[in-house]
Amino acid sequence: MDFGFSLSPSSAVNLDNTDMSLYERLCEREPGAKTCMACGSCSATCTVSAINGMSVRKVILGLQRGQFRDVEKMLSRCMLCGKCTMVCPRGINTRHLILELCRLYGSKEGEL
Amino acid sequence: MIYQGKQKIWSDYQKDIPDDHWFYVRSCIRQSFFPGSEKFFMKIVRDDLGKDIYETEHHTTCGGIAYHCDTIPQETAMTIVARQFALMTEAGYENLVASCITSFGNYCETIETWREFPELEARVREHLWKACRREFKVPKYVAHASDLVYKFRNEIAARAKFRLVDHETGEPLRIVEHIGCHYSKMFPHKGVGGAEYPCVLSGMAEAWGGEVIDYPERRHCCGFGFRQYLVRANRGYSLSNTHKKFESMEPYHPDCIITNCPGCPFFLDRWQYVISEMEGKTYGQDGHGIPVLTYEELAALVLGYDPWDMGLQIHQVGLEPLLDKMGVPYDPSKKYLGLNEKEIMKPGLPTVLKCC
Ligand code: SF4
Ligand code: SF4
Ligand code: SF4
Repeated sequence: MDFGFSLSPSSAVNLDNTDMSLYERLCEREPGAKTCMACGSCSATCTVSAINGMSVRKVILGLQRGQFRDVEKMLSRCMLCGKCTMVCPRGINTRHLILELCRLYGSKEGEL
Repeated sequence: MIYQGKQKIWSDYQKDIPDDHWFYVRSCIRQSFFPGSEKFFMKIVRDDLGKDIYETEHHTTCGGIAYHCDTIPQETAMTIVARQFALMTEAGYENLVASCITSFGNYCETIETWREFPELEARVREHLWKACRREFKVPKYVAHASDLVYKFRNEIAARAKFRLVDHETGEPLRIVEHIGCHYSKMFPHKGVGGAEYPCVLSGMAEAWGGEVIDYPERRHCCGFGFRQYLVRANRGYSLSNTHKKFESMEPYHPDCIITNCPGCPFFLDRWQYVISEMEGKTYGQDGHGIPVLTYEELAALVLGYDPWDMGLQIHQVGLEPLLDKMGVPYDPSKKYLGLNEKEIMKPGLPTVLKCC
């Protein structure tokens, strides 16, 4: 029956049913990913963040929530300058993290 | 020391509710949504419990819906509220009890605004005098009608004819409680249990024998949200909100939902039909929905009043599965007979949702 309006899909994340496989594979290649405390220093420093919304913090969070499509889109926005690596208080090699993730998504380095 | 500290913290969440002498203000929409609720509230409090509770036919809407839809400014809403206060003062009462959560929020908001900005109160007094030559005292105490039923929950339990217990197995019924956002999310100290531990409805359900379900989206809005529903293009938001709550409570198999707001029971009830037509999905047993009741209706059921007398046939989701579990007798052939057995017409049945 058409009521003239419809249900929108829920944005709730159910962590019990989340596919964490990609996150786990990333952690094997870049164990630093596990130590991220979501402080956001990387996003605050990122040159392109204000222009295109790139954020390493969001990339890591997206993987933990199984939002692979959003993460994939985000990766293509990084210019691999490495500024985020310099500011990360946990000393995570964020640039390496992004590169490894690009490899996992199955494309040539930096080309996603 | 630590125990005393805890007691002090908990006392901040408590609310003193005066025992007697109330001026009652009805809701503008509840009487058409759930016509028996207010009538049975008065019956229970006045006739069964013997309290002094007064209402006047000069009372009007509180203006809350227009205010929350941005159609009238706050000053107008406050002047309408001031007029209700004037009716209370003229009748010689100092405690005001509101049937509607939106009104309750509106009264609290008005009084808090005047406390912060006394010049606004002076202006509203002037508006009221110019408009209708009335004066008022600010109520000493503002309560929501569910506060009163909560206060008297044990008296009601002592007179209960039926309990929230499966009469065949003796197991407590699983109850979902939904508290209207404007009850304690706006002014936490005005609600029993504050915004973190609101126990106004769970206290009733437990006193009457039920078991309250804690589910992930328990404190999520029912979906009314005023403009979300009233503007047709936004109605999908409202529906999706309610849908989220149902998906979240479904695994706990609730036997019924109780609410204390005009909007919540309406949307939790009617949207079950819309979801069933859109998605083919129902949330109750064997194609039924989950019965949704107001706390007054539940109190009246527990006290043994006839379900059809209190207008339970107006609900979209059939109440029969709940009545059967509680062991409340009812005559299915009288479902659509109104007062004095007058025919009130039979609605068409939905295609998916089982309603009787
Ligand atoms: S700066 Fe480091 S710790 Fe902070 S959010 Fe970014 S990656 Fe995580
Ligand atoms: S490496 Fe990428 S994410 Fe990090 S600062 Fe540079 S552009 Fe931003
Ligand atoms: S109807 Fe909905 S928006 Fe209004 S108070 Fe109740 S829960 Fe909140």
